[in-house]
Amino acid sequence: MNSLRLARSRPGPAFTVTFDGREIEALPGWTVAAALWAAGITSWRTTRHEGRPRGILCGIGVCFDCLVTVNDRPNQRACLVPARPGDVIRTQEGTGHAD
Amino acid sequence: MRTDLAVIGAGPAGLAAALAAAARGVRVTLVDAGPEAGGQFYRQPAAGLGARRPGALHHQWRTWKRLREGLDRHIAAGRIVHLADHHVWCVERRSGHAPGDFAVHALLGPEQNEPAVVRATAVLLATGGYERVLPFPGWTLPGVVTAGGAQAMLKGGLVVPGQRVVVAGTGPLLLPVATGLAAAGTTVAALVESADPRLLARQARGLAAEPGKAVEAAGYGVRLLRHRVRVLVRHTVVEAHGTGRLTGVTVASLDADGRVRAGTGRRIPCDSLAVGHGMLPHTELAETLGCRVDGGRVHVDEEQRTDVPGVWAAGEATGVGGAGLALAEGHLAGRSIAARLTGARPDEHGGKRAAASRAALRRFADALDHAYPPRAHWAEQVTDETVVCRCEEVRAGAVREAVRDLGAGDPRTVKLLTRAGMGWCQGRMCGPAVAGVAGCPETVTRRPFARPVPLGVLAREPGEGQV
Ligand SMILES: Cc1cc2nc3c(=O)[nH]c(=O)nc-3n(C[C@H](O)[C@H](O)[C@H](O)COP(=O)(O)OP(=O)(O)OC[C@H]3O[C@@H](n4cnc5c(N)ncnc54)[C@H](O)[C@@H]3O)c2cc1C
Ligand code: FES
Repeated sequence: MNSLRLARSRPGPAFTVTFDGREIEALPGWTVAAALWAAGITSWRTTRHEGRPRGILCGIGVCFDCLVTVNDRPNQRACLVPARPGDVIRTQEGTGHAD
Repeated sequence: MRTDLAVIGAGPAGLAAALAAAARGVRVTLVDAGPEAGGQFYRQPAAGLGARRPGALHHQWRTWKRLREGLDRHIAAGRIVHLADHHVWCVERRSGHAPGDFAVHALLGPEQNEPAVVRATAVLLATGGYERVLPFPGWTLPGVVTAGGAQAMLKGGLVVPGQRVVVAGTGPLLLPVATGLAAAGTTVAALVESADPRLLARQARGLAAEPGKAVEAAGYGVRLLRHRVRVLVRHTVVEAHGTGRLTGVTVASLDADGRVRAGTGRRIPCDSLAVGHGMLPHTELAETLGCRVDGGRVHVDEEQRTDVPGVWAAGEATGVGGAGLALAEGHLAGRSIAARLTGARPDEHGGKRAAASRAALRRFADALDHAYPPRAHWAEQVTDETVVCRCEEVRAGAVREAVRDLGAGDPRTVKLLTRAGMGWCQGRMCGPAVAGVAGCPETVTRRPFARPVPLGVLAREPGEGQV
């Protein structure tokens, strides 16, 4: 990626996480949102009432639009939570609790 | 944990204050939500990314290095403790205790479950701000992000939202965002600024107060040219298109009153839109402490003191003016705190340079405010179907109905009738939009906490779980 080259980045070894069952590569230091963006994914939640797709808006933890389910815990802000090896990331539907 | 001074926010303002105070013998605890110090302007690439040129996307890298080295020195000497990943949800004035006894309540880590409390004699609020985004049809589509958010993801994760981006809205932040994304290899299809460049020219005197800034702006201009970025001034995005994700935007030109000119709309294909309409200060912590907040900013005196004894504020929480101003204000706050904690007055002579710089930068910020006014008549573009409150999915039509048919005359009543502003973000994102669509002035909304707090933590407070 160009931005990594621009910063002359030598990241630690990449690791794998899954998003809705699909394997994607992540770099150490990435948030869940960064890993999803790098894989070309921009939405990972559907809204409670209308089921509309959402992803990043503010990028700094203020808007709560980027909520996602990580390792069965719903309502994690993807822009804040670091991606960890083996994370099971899933699209959050509504509140993320079966309802 | 007990400390002389709790600084909340490790951006330019908080860092400058912490260094100035620690250098004068104050024991400082620096509390910040981020994993690293730096705040928004000096947001660092995550350590794991091994950036050997971390400054590639930054300006004033030398200033950052000085701050960072100072911080490291004070931390090593035990004068500053930096608590990263600490989200402060409330600062409490402990009545019944000695004057100047504060409890800073935080939640740990990105998941924010574990509580921590820092007790301090003085508090500095240096919490910065966040971006204002006004709604338009299609703005909830994935791929539409705030300009600052795109910048934060780029600086922190070295990732970009897509291949082809439009940067739009108004304000000085759009320039570094467009040049940053272009430098990172994204095609910037257009920079769409609603302000009229003649307004900028009219502010020439105020802007000349900071010649260095004019050079910086010229530098952005050159880089935009180099990346062949099309710049459209007096234009706005009227609609974002797509179903599951953004596929393009329609931009249109504005007349002298800021109204969209009929028949000027044209479509620009893009997979992302970085949009922002200026910055808003974070004021929640000040509000719960009972500090005076004027026009959405924390009120401070010459020494950066709020009207609550023992509480100082600096940086964008006290008004939006960029990183340089935040540094000057933070420095003056740190000096004042060091003096006042020992019952002395700050040495005015020593703070002269910072005070002069603060005055010049405030003039500059005022000039920018006039040059980049929020676009008039923006609410006319917001169709009834447009969602204004993203959390509760309240449409503009419902807000208008509450005003027209139910007689709501202020944002609070609109909120009660429509649920706009009652969701996760507590109205931070939709506050200005709901007021604008309802046609009523924005009022300061009181939020009980600066963060959503798990009930378990509330049940435990106070007393338990102290560090
Ligand atoms: C997303 C974003 C990106 C920006 N990018 C740029 C840019 O590229 N160039 C530019 O010139 N300006 C940028 N700005 C403007 C920027 O705000 C100022 O230039 C400058 O950083 C202000 O300094 P500050 O110290 O007042 O606040 P900030 O730098 O915003 O620092 C505030 C700090 O306080 C912390 N904080 C806030 N609330 C809490 C809490 N409750 N608990 C714990 N910690 C808290 C935050 O995590 C942050 O680290 C950006 C603003 C935003 C919102
Ligand atoms: S994008 Fe706004 S909270 Fe994550």
